Amino acid sequence: MARVLLFGRLADVAGWRERDIPARTLGELRGWIATEDPALFEALQAPAVRTAVDQSLVSLDVDLRPDSEVAFLPPMSGG
Amino acid sequence: MIRLVSQPFDPGEALAGFCRGRSETGAIASFTGLARAEAGQTTLLELEAYPVFTEREIGRHEAAAVARFGLQDVLILHRTGPIPPGEAIVFVATAAAHRRAAFEACDFLMDYLKSRAPFWKKETGPDGARWIEPTDRDRDDLARWETS
Repeated sequence: MARVLLFGRLADVAGWRERDIPARTLGELRGWIATEDPALFEALQAPAVRTAVDQSLVSLDVDLRPDSEVAFLPPMSGG
Repeated sequence: MIRLVSQPFDPGEALAGFCRGRSETGAIASFTGLARAEAGQTTLLELEAYPVFTEREIGRHEAAAVARFGLQDVLILHRTGPIPPGEAIVFVATAAAHRRAAFEACDFLMDYLKSRAPFWKKETGPDGARWIEPTDRDRDDLARWETS
């Protein structure tokens, strides 16, 4: 089980901001999203969307702990 | 130091506080960004951050600015949550021995905050809401620092 956080427009696409998803790896998590929410999965495919696991940016598949936090981060803009 | 703030702040007060008690600082530069109404097209800005992650990422760039420009001190205040037009969104102040370093570091930090810092910005107006993403201009501004 991983705690998944969505930011910016991704939360609008999914209709939620935070939820638990059963997965032991990031790949499994993406697979779950592809099946359960194809629109969100498609939004996550954009190359500008970055992924953080336990608050560190990752670019490859990684293992998740039962209490891991996975955040999907669309293009950022402050100021 | 970076602080995320959820309530309106007074940039003048922040600058006065930052200037206080310095005997070795010759130059302080500051920048204040305000929410714009865009001729009535924007009634509200909403800024979302990823607590801890956002502060840490900004902290890394703050450290990079200190090293690159030889700063003595930095203060960044950044609003989160709903922000009506006219209120300050961001405040950056840099302290250095001489003015060039203070000016340049302030410019550098703002370019980073506009296009790389972990914030998500939504603009609401009469036609609905939309998420704002960095413009080509923002990216060009940031690229200036990669070659020099």
